[in-house]
Amino acid sequence: MTPVYEPWDAARGGEIIAGHGHLEGATLVILHALQEAFGYVPEPAIPMIASTLNLSRAEVHGVFTFYPDFRRAPAGRHVLKLCRAEACQAAGGDALAARAEARLGIAVGSTTADDLTTLEAVYCLGLCATAPSAMLDGRPVGRLDPARIDALVAEAQR
Amino acid sequence: MTLRIFVPRDAAAVAVGADDVAFGLGLAAARRGVDIEIVRTGSRGLYWLEPMIEVATPDGRVAFGPVTASEAGSVLDAMVSDGAHPLRLGLTGDIDWLRRQTRLSFARCGVIDPRSVEDYTGHDGYKGLARALELGSEAILAEVTASGLRGRGGAGFPTGIKWKTVAQAAADRKYIVCNADEGDSGTFADRMIMEGDPLVVIEGMTIAGIAVGASKGYIYIRSEYPHAVAAMNAAISAARRAGYLGPRIGGSSHDFDLEVRVGAGAYVCGEETSLLESLEGRRGIVRAKPPLPAHRGLFGKPTVINNVLSFAAIPFILADGARAYADFGTGRSRGTMPIQLAGNVRHGGLFEVAFGITLGELVDDIGGGTLTGRPVRAVQVGGPLGAYFPRALFDTPFDYEAFAARDGLIGHGGIVVFDDSVDMSRQARFAMEFCAIESCGKCTPCRIGSTRGVETIDRIRAGERVAENIAVVEDLCNTMKFGSLCALGGFTPYPVMSALKHFREDFGPAPTRLQAAE
Repeated sequence: MTPVYEPWDAARGGEIIAGHGHLEGATLVILHALQEAFGYVPEPAIPMIASTLNLSRAEVHGVFTFYPDFRRAPAGRHVLKLCRAEACQAAGGDALAARAEARLGIAVGSTTADDLTTLEAVYCLGLCATAPSAMLDGRPVGRLDPARIDALVAEAQR
Repeated sequence: MTLRIFVPRDAAAVAVGADDVAFGLGLAAARRGVDIEIVRTGSRGLYWLEPMIEVATPDGRVAFGPVTASEAGSVLDAMVSDGAHPLRLGLTGDIDWLRRQTRLSFARCGVIDPRSVEDYTGHDGYKGLARALELGSEAILAEVTASGLRGRGGAGFPTGIKWKTVAQAAADRKYIVCNADEGDSGTFADRMIMEGDPLVVIEGMTIAGIAVGASKGYIYIRSEYPHAVAAMNAAISAARRAGYLGPRIGGSSHDFDLEVRVGAGAYVCGEETSLLESLEGRRGIVRAKPPLPAHRGLFGKPTVINNVLSFAAIPFILADGARAYADFGTGRSRGTMPIQLAGNVRHGGLFEVAFGITLGELVDDIGGGTLTGRPVRAVQVGGPLGAYFPRALFDTPFDYEAFAARDGLIGHGGIVVFDDSVDMSRQARFAMEFCAIESCGKCTPCRIGSTRGVETIDRIRAGERVAENIAVVEDLCNTMKFGSLCALGGFTPYPVMSALKHFREDFGPAPTRLQAAE
């Protein structure tokens, strides 16, 4: 299922931030909630979080940039994550990743020019006994082989 | 009569089509006018047979697998008629791979509906909590200590001692934190239990809360596990509704509640102090120890922080007694370990067994060798920070000390199998690269050492002054091992040094390596 995101809106962003501001150590919770709503963490939200949590902008910026999950810009319409860790390597994952890169014409860690597909590496989905594995828009896929990776890539281009 | 059919909702089962099978069964039943009830369970952990579905019969559950959506109709017919089918595996309880296990922590995983408190209590759930409430703090601590349970996250620190330290600390607030940031490749036991029997983790944490006097707990789950997050949240709500979480749990004078927090893709947050920083809303930068989290942990308060599997072991220990648990195992490794077989392996999955079984038995006998059918050349035990062992070390018993004595570690119990096409200098390079990607940056040996490690191994692979550069890598590993703040930098040398020690022929210019793989 393709996720649907709202366009950035400061009032809506403020609501989300205020809704979680009372939690202990709320920064990550807020960043996740913003990304869930908007598909990324819009820059103007950083000072808003800082002021709500009584932190400096630098502190919030530091947290935002430390964690690989948080995006500065929207991802492609589909996000295809390929597991690149040892269990998937042992099961032939490297060759499949190269195949996906070739099909999409982009390297892992980038988005196609038409903004349809973002291809990312993930270090372990915990699907190590059904390796090699991947995740397309949150849906886990295991026992990948050339045919299945091709089908997955095709689905990620729609 | 309604046919009860069990279909896993485990993420790995879903990854190979379990949702489609459930949908197919529904369609086939409607078409045939058969009355069925589909119960979504966790996985039994026999992943090469997933999607493995079961039907309740008077003799017990009968299993079928691996089922595809297009076979759902014929499997349903065989279930209705109790007839033959090529995918019929017989009574689940008679499957050899399951019979050879000692399932204490995973007894209910794949059996019950993980979101049902009623199903949980109907399968001995919350017996541990009932006994804990009778015993009180001191006796719980004595019981956990006597069980010999050691931290299942990898460090192997005695759980009883950790809890006692927190219990004795004076503070206005204390916390229970569950480390569910299972980032190690080749491990999935935390994910499985959270998806298949989340209430056992909740019960274990609740008992910890009573033992040390904490009323609030957090479960920090990695974002790569959305299914586990959903299962855990559903189970917490169910436990709350049933009075097992919240004020006056189980009618006692104790309050205890839980909250799930989701990580954000940083491997280092599996390190306990980094995880605490992350929970507090900061960057996951490792803290120097001391102070120990038991003295000053989450928000500066005394904190029990344990792995998912450690908490999952607690209900059995309380319900059946410390001795029943400690009777399993060997030496200072007591009880059972949920071992995970992964990578290029024929029979991959979760095998819970008493400590002491040899690595060779696990890989060759239980794992059935490689999926590709080629010879096993190396196994990595304990995740990305674990050593690579060659066949020559397959007589090593699975126990904390035995692995340490051979410069390895059991870590979180994951075993990744590689066949003879593996290039071990490439694996060593990956270990350094992974450390460089995931380093939190606080200490120099980890931050700089890993990057220099990648560069140096690249030179070796290019055939550039091989002997000198190997000496540089060894020196680098030494610095990282003894100079890093946490296990990320400190243990990255394990895969690198073990690859160098046991597979030296792979370190040199490419042609040598290619010949070796022939």
